[in-house]
Amino acid sequence: MEEDIDTRKINNSFLRDHSYATEADIISTVEFNHTGELLATGDKGGRVVIFQREQESKNQVHRRGEYNVYSTFQSHEPEFDYLKSLEIEEKINKIRWLPQQNATYFLLSTNDKTVKLWKVSERDKRPEGYNLKDEEGRLRDPATITTLRVPVLRPMDLMVEATPRRVFANAHTYHINSISVNSDYETYMSADDLRINLWNFEITNQSFNIVDIKPANMEELTEVITAAEFHPHHCNTFVYSSSKGTIRLCDMRASALCDRHTKFFEEPEDPSNRSFFSEIISSISDVKFSHSGRYIMTRDYLTVKVWDLNMENRPIETYQVHDYLRSKLCSLYENDCIFDKFECVWNGSDSVIMTGSYNNFFRMFDRNTKRDVTLEASRENSKPRAILKPRKVCVGGKRRKDEISVDSLDFSKKILHTAWHPSENIIAVAGVQITYIYSRTRLTRWTSYYLIISHTEY
Amino acid sequence: MFARGLKRKCVGHEEDVEGALAGLKTVSSYSLQRQSLLDMSLVKLQLCHMLVEPNLCRSVLIANTVRQIQEEMTQDGTWRAVAPQAAGRAPLDRLVSTEILCRAAWEQEGACPAPGLGDGHTQGPVSDLCPVTSAQAPRHPQSSVWEMDGPRENRGSFHKSLDQIFETLETKNPSCMEELFSDVDSPYYDLDTVLTGMMGGARPGPCEGLEGLAPATPGPSASCKSDLGELDHVVEILVET
Repeated sequence: MEEDIDTRKINNSFLRDHSYATEADIISTVEFNHTGELLATGDKGGRVVIFQREQESKNQVHRRGEYNVYSTFQSHEPEFDYLKSLEIEEKINKIRWLPQQNATYFLLSTNDKTVKLWKVSERDKRPEGYNLKDEEGRLRDPATITTLRVPVLRPMDLMVEATPRRVFANAHTYHINSISVNSDYETYMSADDLRINLWNFEITNQSFNIVDIKPANMEELTEVITAAEFHPHHCNTFVYSSSKGTIRLCDMRASALCDRHTKFFEEPEDPSNRSFFSEIISSISDVKFSHSGRYIMTRDYLTVKVWDLNMENRPIETYQVHDYLRSKLCSLYENDCIFDKFECVWNGSDSVIMTGSYNNFFRMFDRNTKRDVTLEASRENSKPRAILKPRKVCVGGKRRKDEISVDSLDFSKKILHTAWHPSENIIAVAGVQITYIYSRTRLTRWTSYYLIISHTEY
Repeated sequence: MFARGLKRKCVGHEEDVEGALAGLKTVSSYSLQRQSLLDMSLVKLQLCHMLVEPNLCRSVLIANTVRQIQEEMTQDGTWRAVAPQAAGRAPLDRLVSTEILCRAAWEQEGACPAPGLGDGHTQGPVSDLCPVTSAQAPRHPQSSVWEMDGPRENRGSFHKSLDQIFETLETKNPSCMEELFSDVDSPYYDLDTVLTGMMGGARPGPCEGLEGLAPATPGPSASCKSDLGELDHVVEILVET
C-alpha cells in the first residue's frame, strides 16, 4: 500500500521472549467496542491489549480493514490481602466498553476484586517552541532569552496512551464475575458470587448493593450468582443468572434492594435425564440480552437457550452445543471440565448465536434457518483468507474421514470467550493464547479473515 | 493430556464394565458407583480447600452433589460412615465405574437412581423401580453416630456449612472423614480456626452493621450452635474492624 508507514509507537513493555508462551498470556476476555472499530482482550497476567481496525483504503474497496495492535497496558497487578492471607489474582475477568462520546475511548476492566475505568486517547500533536524550555525539554536560563514566541502545535508520531481514570475497589467480598454498563451511561454494575453492586462512574468510594443472596447462615448456601447484565435500553432493568439454572429479572424501581425478582425464568427439569450431575450442568455460565432487548440467551454446560422476556416458564429455543458429552459427564466432573464457563454471543441482528466448545471448536446457530455449524480455531486453519471447513464430531461407531471421535477431543483446548462485531460478520475467538478473527464475505462460508497473534508474538 | 489419557482407559474399562454389568442387574453395583462419586466429590472439596481462595461456585456445586448423594443414600438406608482410607484411594476401576452414574435414570437396569430429594416420585417407570431398591438394599452395619439419630436429625445434619466442611478438612486429619458429617461441636468454633481465614469468602454471618449480633437461625442442634454462632459473630466483628 502506498499509504504512510504506520509509525505508531507501540508500548514495548509487553514484548517478551518469543521462544515460549507463558501462562500469563492466556486470554481471559474478548470484547468489541460499540462501533466494532476496536477489539479489547484481557489476559491472565492482567494486561489489556486493544486492536484497532484499519481504515479501508480507497483503492481497495473490497479489502476489509485489518486489526492491528493499537494499545497495550497493564490493567491489574497481583495483590495480597493481608487480613485473609489470600492472593488476589490479576487476571482480567471482564472488559466492557463505554459508548464513545468523543475522540477518547473508555473501558472498564475488572479482576476478582477491583474494577478500573481506563481512558485510551491518542496524541498526534505536540506543542513546540516553548520559551523557557529548549527542544529537548531542558530549562533555559531566562537571562538568555531575547525574543518571545508563541508555541505552536506540530504533528508528531501517533501515540496512544492509556490512563486509569477511576479505581472502584473494596466493594466485593467474593469474586467478581460480571460487569455491565447501564444504558444511562452514568452507572454500571458489578456482580460477584453473592452480591451485585451499582456504581456511578464518578464516585469510587461508594456503591449501592442492589442484590444480596448471601444467606444469614452460610450453612444454607446452595446457590450463587454466575452472571449479570443490564437491559440494553431500559436502565432500570437487569438480569442475573444462578448456579441452579435460573434467571431473575429485576426492576430497580421496585425497591432499593432487588432481592425480590420481577420475573423468574426457569425451565422445568426433564426427569428422564436426571443424574447426579443435573444441577452442575444446569448452572448458567453466561447470560446476554439480545440487541433488541426482547430476548435473553443463557449458556449452561451442554446447551444454549434463548428466552423470551415475556415467557418465564421455559425457553423458546434450545440448542445443543455438544450433547455427545452427556455420557462423559463423570469423566468431565473428575477432570473439572464440567465447571468450565463458556460464554455466548449474539450477532448484530440477533439472528445468529455463537458459543465455544472443546478441541478449539466453536459453534454457530442460525435462529431463522435452524442450521448450525461447527468450526475450528487453529493456527493451521487460519492462513489469511483460508476458508474454514465445517467440522463434525462423530458419536456413533463409524467415523467418516473428516470427522473426529468424541474420545479424541482435546479438552485442554477450550474456546471460552468469543465476541461478535456489533454490525458486521466479524468474530473474535479467543483460544488459549491467540485471538482469531474471522469474517464472512457474501459467500456462505466463513473465511479466515485475519489471524491475530498472541501477545507474545509482537 | 490428562483427560485424553484417562478417556482411552475409560473406553476400555467401560466396555468391560458394561459387559459385566449387563448381566448383573443388581443394586449394589449402583451403590458402589455412587460411593465412588461421593469419594471423588469429597476429595475435590478437600483439594479445593487447599487452594488459596477456592472458587465458590465450584465448591457450592460439589457440596450440593455430595448432599444429593447423601440424601439418596439415607433414603436407601445405605448411608454409613465413609471409610477413612476411601478419601485418598482413587483406583481407576472405581472411578471408571462411575461412568454408569452419568446415564439417565431410565437407562439403568435394575437400579433406581431416583432424584432422592425426599418428596415422592414423579415418573411412572422410576417409581416402579424404587420400591425394589428399598427392599433389596443391603443393610450395612451402622457404625456412625450419625445413623443413631432419627430421620429429622439426619436431614438437619445434611445442611452442613461449606465452612464446617472446610474447617474439618483443615484442622482434622483428612482420614477422619466420618467426622465430616457428624454433628458440629465446640472444636469447630475455635478462635484459631475462625481467624485463620482460609475460606475468606464463606465466613458465617458477616457483621455488617446491626444484624450480625442476632443469634444464628436455630438449627437442629440449636442450643449449642446459637451460642457458638454468637461467639463467631463477635469474632467476626473483631476481625473485620
